This record gives sequence, structure tokens and C-alpha cells, in this order.
Amino acid sequence: MFKIVKKEELSELVTSFEIEAKDIAKKAKAGNFFVLKIHEEGERIPLTIADFDTERGTITTVFQKVGKTTHHLGTLNEGDSISDVIGPLGRHSHIEKFGKVVCVGGGVGIAPIYPIARALKEAGNAVISIIGARAKNLIFWEDKMQRVSDELIITTDDGSYGRKAVVTVPLDELLRENNDIQLIYAIGPAIMMKFVCKTTEKYNVKTIVSLNSIMVDATGMCGACRINVGGKTQFACVDGPEFDGHKVDFDLLMSRQRMYIDEEKVSFERYKKKRGFNTLWKRKNQKRECI
Amino acid sequence: MEEKKPKKRVHMREQVPQVRARNFMEVPYGYTPEEAVEEASRCLSCLNPSCTKGCPVAVDIPSFIKLMKEGKFIEAAWKIKEENALPAVCGRVCPQEIQCESLCLLGKKGEPVAIGNLERFVADYEREKGEIQIPEKPKPTGRKIAIIGSGPGGLTCAADLIKSGHQVTLFEALHKPGGVLMYGIPEFRLPKAIVEKEVDYIKKLGVEVVVNAVIGKLYSFDELFNEYGSDACFIATGAGLPMFLGIPGENLNGIYSANEFLTRANLMKAYLFPEYDTPIKRGKKVAVFGGGNVAMDAARVALRLGAEKVYLIYRRSEDEMPARKAEIHHAHEEGIEFMLLTNPTRFIDDGKGNVCAVECIKMELGEPDQSGRKNPIPIKGSEFQIEIDVGIPALGTRSNPLLVSTLPDLKLNKRGYIMAEEETGMTSKLGVFAGGDIVTGSATVILAMGAGRKAAKAINEYLKWKYWDTRSLSN
Repeated sequence: MFKIVKKEELSELVTSFEIEAKDIAKKAKAGNFFVLKIHEEGERIPLTIADFDTERGTITTVFQKVGKTTHHLGTLNEGDSISDVIGPLGRHSHIEKFGKVVCVGGGVGIAPIYPIARALKEAGNAVISIIGARAKNLIFWEDKMQRVSDELIITTDDGSYGRKAVVTVPLDELLRENNDIQLIYAIGPAIMMKFVCKTTEKYNVKTIVSLNSIMVDATGMCGACRINVGGKTQFACVDGPEFDGHKVDFDLLMSRQRMYIDEEKVSFERYKKKRGFNTLWKRKNQKRECI
Repeated sequence: MEEKKPKKRVHMREQVPQVRARNFMEVPYGYTPEEAVEEASRCLSCLNPSCTKGCPVAVDIPSFIKLMKEGKFIEAAWKIKEENALPAVCGRVCPQEIQCESLCLLGKKGEPVAIGNLERFVADYEREKGEIQIPEKPKPTGRKIAIIGSGPGGLTCAADLIKSGHQVTLFEALHKPGGVLMYGIPEFRLPKAIVEKEVDYIKKLGVEVVVNAVIGKLYSFDELFNEYGSDACFIATGAGLPMFLGIPGENLNGIYSANEFLTRANLMKAYLFPEYDTPIKRGKKVAVFGGGNVAMDAARVALRLGAEKVYLIYRRSEDEMPARKAEIHHAHEEGIEFMLLTNPTRFIDDGKGNVCAVECIKMELGEPDQSGRKNPIPIKGSEFQIEIDVGIPALGTRSNPLLVSTLPDLKLNKRGYIMAEEETGMTSKLGVFAGGDIVTGSATVILAMGAGRKAAKAINEYLKWKYWDTRSLSN
């Protein structure tokens, strides 16, 4: 059992947990992820390791409440335990001194971009970060990102905070004005990463993305997470999760992410009925997007 | 009773095919005590029995059958357990027809003694009676052994080494121990409650089981030796990476590796969705590609998930199928449609990213290939399409590099499997032994157990001297 030692509501849909997992904290590096399973009947879902603290023996994750498992997870509180936590998984980020780099985090993708930005900064890079979301209440960790970035740009789709734009607008400007940008890191919904890559391709700047495919074991055994990179089938869990974004078939990724959309609905409706979710909740989430 | 030797083997009653094809309950019901004694009595108690020679873990078959004839079922179970820590599993999944039973004298003229059925009966009897005997703990040797992978090979090795008095820790990457017994073999062939009981037995022997431990990620191999202080290590991680067909459309929604399909259904209990959270596509028309046990399992799971039609597509003929005869027979009985001498060429998209059909080509058999099986050759222009909504390639696995890639000094063969001495499991790295699918490629539960047994013996030898001549593995 893995205890939740700290819970923070970062926005109405985004929650952060600090989980006791001493051995994982010792090994975690920027770019790794982990898998959790809440209880006996639960599914295994991959989540990002957004931070780790070797001394406290904890890892921090940030998740957005989307379907049944993430909503259920959101009901857990400090002191509660999660049955299974497995990690650190995936290859970690390759960090070195590149020069000037841009880190783009979209929505809940702000969380995993943070440790990467921090590692890049610590390695002596000049880090420009762009974080974006649909609206102000979905932006989080502005202070943390500020601390590890030389420059921080915030965008919202509706203009309720920062610049009214999608992340690719300031990114395009940066690339136009700075011809010394060596590397782009982008993490967020697949559609965002796709358009980030379209933008950076024009400038021929290497772009690393972190892919959030559906996974089961996440150790290479099942192939649920398979994607197409440069015409070759790869497993996001063991070959990734980071890939050269210019080679990724994002349409296939998005299609595969939707594979269980009907089942997810069934599961979520059943869960809501069981927990007696009220209409207020429904109204609040009408505009909920599926990532 | 001794003199009366019924000629016909006592048939084990089963659920009728039409009924069982729609549920996940075990297919055979098992023997009654009377049936067990009757079947045991068929054994001739040969003076020079050869059945034991056919058993990879050398169970003393004549002795346990003799005890059964006398109705001493518990004692018979203990007798088996002297050599085999997982009798309830082996009685169900071993290919007895090519092992112990193939050497039974009775088989020369008629049907051999149903050794597998008898083993299964006594193991179940012991478990149900709750009279599980835990052998006395031997004197501790102070030696520590780390075993990576809690499948049949790891469990067997652990059971043997703990009986030698060592401290044994089993590391499992998944959240439940048992390896392929949990994620791979379906409930109706090997109930998970039985696997759990067998693992419990290993734990009761004193083996520590650590789940959720991905070695190579959570703990490095060197940590197992230095920080954890292991004196020796046995790698039994299984083969791992699923193979795909390498044809267009393979990443469409609805195409599963057999590993994924079975893991969802077995380990994650997706057949109980939405009571369990893990979903699985319940295909109406399902095609499984391959002719091994895993292909049979996948096809029969698909049927139980409610498929109207399940095709088993195999590029050779039934004679070349590597699956156990019993599995092929069960699949036929349940109405799986075998499409032999047929090979898929591409999957077709419904326009929304889901598979809606598979195109196949007819094959004919040519000259035998390296494996000795006749080589299938496509017949030009014989392409045709079948409507499907789920497709499952069950083509075996490749070596999973997750652990071995962290061990540069461990010698691998061309296919990425660990090079290990056949009789001992010794690898090129001192103190490290390996066995099961990570050495041989996809094989059977009992062969992995045999490898676990041999490695345990070798580890005991190694611990005496902490020295081993590894020159036999240098190229």
C-alpha cells in the first residue's frame, strides 16, 4: 500500500498527490512515469512523475479528473492509500547543455514538463517555458515554472489569464525571433503536441514529445501503447515515452486513445450513479474535454 | 481391486461445450475420489517405470499413484510436492501427452494412465481439505537469493532454495505474483484462486514475495547484489515482448496482441467489466492468428466474451500446430472455426480507425523448413476478406530488453535471449543464473519449472564455492 501524504486541488479538475514511495523516489528522473492501481478491481493507469523527493521518500503526481479511475482517485484524501504503485517506468529524459531550449506544457501536461524544465535549467540551459490551458482555473504551478525558467509565457484559450492564445502562437513567435533555439520539449494533449510539432517543423528545430498512450503492464509485455514513429511500430512504455515529435503519427495516437471511449462512458456513468453525483457536478463539467 | 484393471481410462467429466463456451468457469469438473482410485488402479506399477523420466521436474509418479490406489490422497499430494511445488497447476496445464503419459506402458496398446488428471485430483483434494503440509524449516544457511520473476520458473526455484535453508526473495514486476499463470492462462483452464493458493504455499515455506518491483528500473541488478546482499540470483522474467504480424493496419483499434488480450481478461479480470475497471473489446467476429496454446486460449476467451464467430487462422495445417492436443480438441468442441493454410495479409480500416475486416491469402505446404515443419507458401491470387471487429495475433514473443539491457556483461544470443548453460542455468555473469522463456524463447510452464529446478540445484553447488567456470559460455 502506498500512502498519500499530501493532496492539493490545483483546479477544479486537476489534483496533485504526494505519494509515499521511497524506492521509486530514489530512482525517478525527469521524464519517467509510473503506473497505479487504486484497489483490487481497479485498472492500471499510467501517470506522470511530476516531482520526486528522495529525502521525503515521495513522488508527486498531477492528474486531471477525466473518467472513472481519475475521479475515484480524486476522492482519496491525505492518509488514504493506493493499492499498487509501480515505477519509475519509461526511459528518462536525455538532459545536457543544449543552449537555449523551450519547454511547452499544455493542460495537465504542465506537471510533467516541470521536472524536465528544472533538469534542463540545472544543466545550464536557458529555459523559456510556455504553459497553457483552456482557462485560468486550469493553470497551475506558475510559481514552480517561474523558478526554473528564464522566461515564462502563459496562455489561455479564452484569455481569462495570460495571453489569449494557444501555446503554438507564442512558440511560433519565439522561433521566428530566436534562431538559436536548440530544442523544444512539449507535453500535453496529443492534439497540442501535434500542432507544436507542425510549428517547429517549419523551423527545423528538434522537438521531443512525451506520449500518453493507453497502457496495461507498461513494461513492454502487452503492446497496448503501440504507436508509429518514423514508420515503425514502437511501444510508448519501453521505447518512450519520449520521442522525436516530427516522426510521430499523432493521428494514430489520438485514434488509439479513443479505443475505449464507449466503455469509459459505461464505467463512468455507473460510478456516478453509485456515488450519487449531483446535477451541479454535471453542469460544471459540461465542457469537459476528453484527452 | 488390485487385480481388476479397467482398460478404458476414466474420463474426466466436463462442462458441455455449448454451455462452457459462454462462461469462464473451469472446463473439467475433476475426478470424484472413486474415479480417482479407479484411474489410479489402472497403473501397472511397473518394476522399471519410465513415466518419471518424462517429467521435467522428476515427480515420483509411481509412488504417488500407489498412495492413491490406497486412498491416501493427502500423502500422495505430499509425495508430489517433494519434487513439484505447483501440482494443481501442472495437473492442469502440462502437456502430459508428450511427457510422462507418453512413456506409460499402458499407452503402447491403449490409453496411458491419466497422470495429469490424478495429479490434479490430489492437489485439489489436499487444498480443499485444508491439510496443506508445510515442511519443517531447515537450518538457515545465511545465504540470500534474489529471484526475478514469479512465474512457474521463479516459483519452483524459490521453493527448492528455501527448502535448502536459504533466504529467498521473489521480485515480481506486476501487482500479483504468478507470472504467466496469472496473466496468461485463462480462468477456465487454470482458476486464479488456485494459482493464489499455490503462491500462498510458496510464501508459507518462507519465501518473501515483493510485487510491483520492476528490476532494472526500481532496483538495479547491482543493488540486488550489493545493497540487498544477494549471494546469487535467478532470472526468470519470461519472454515478454509480443510479436506482431508486420502487415498493414496492425495498429488499428480492435487489434490486440494475445498478451494484451489475455492480460486484460485474466490478470485484470476485464471479463467482469464494468465491475472491474479494465475494459476489453467484446468482438462479435474475432480472428486469432497462430496455432499455439496461447492462440487457443485467446480464441476461447474471445468466445466466452460473447463472440458470435471466432476464427483461428493458421498458416500451416492442424498437424503442425504447436498447441496441446487437448486445447485444440476443446477449441474444436466449442465451435472455434479453424481456417488452416491461411495467412493474413492486411487489416482493413472502417474509416474510423477500427478494424472491420482482414484480408487473407491461402497457403500450401512446401518442403520442410529448419523447424522440420513443412514450409507454407502463399497461393497467388487466392486473397479473400473476412469481416472482423477484433483481431488477435498470437505469434509468440521476443526477448524483453527491459532488464537485460541494464546488464551489459550478460551474454545474450542472437535473438536477445540470455545465454545459459542448459543443465545449470548458469550465465556469463558469476552468481547469475537464468531459465525459462528468457533463455529458451516461448515454451511451456513445466519446462520453465524444470529450468527453475535445475538452477536451484546449481545455485546450491555454486554457494559452496562461490566459483564457477564460465568458460563454457565464451564464444
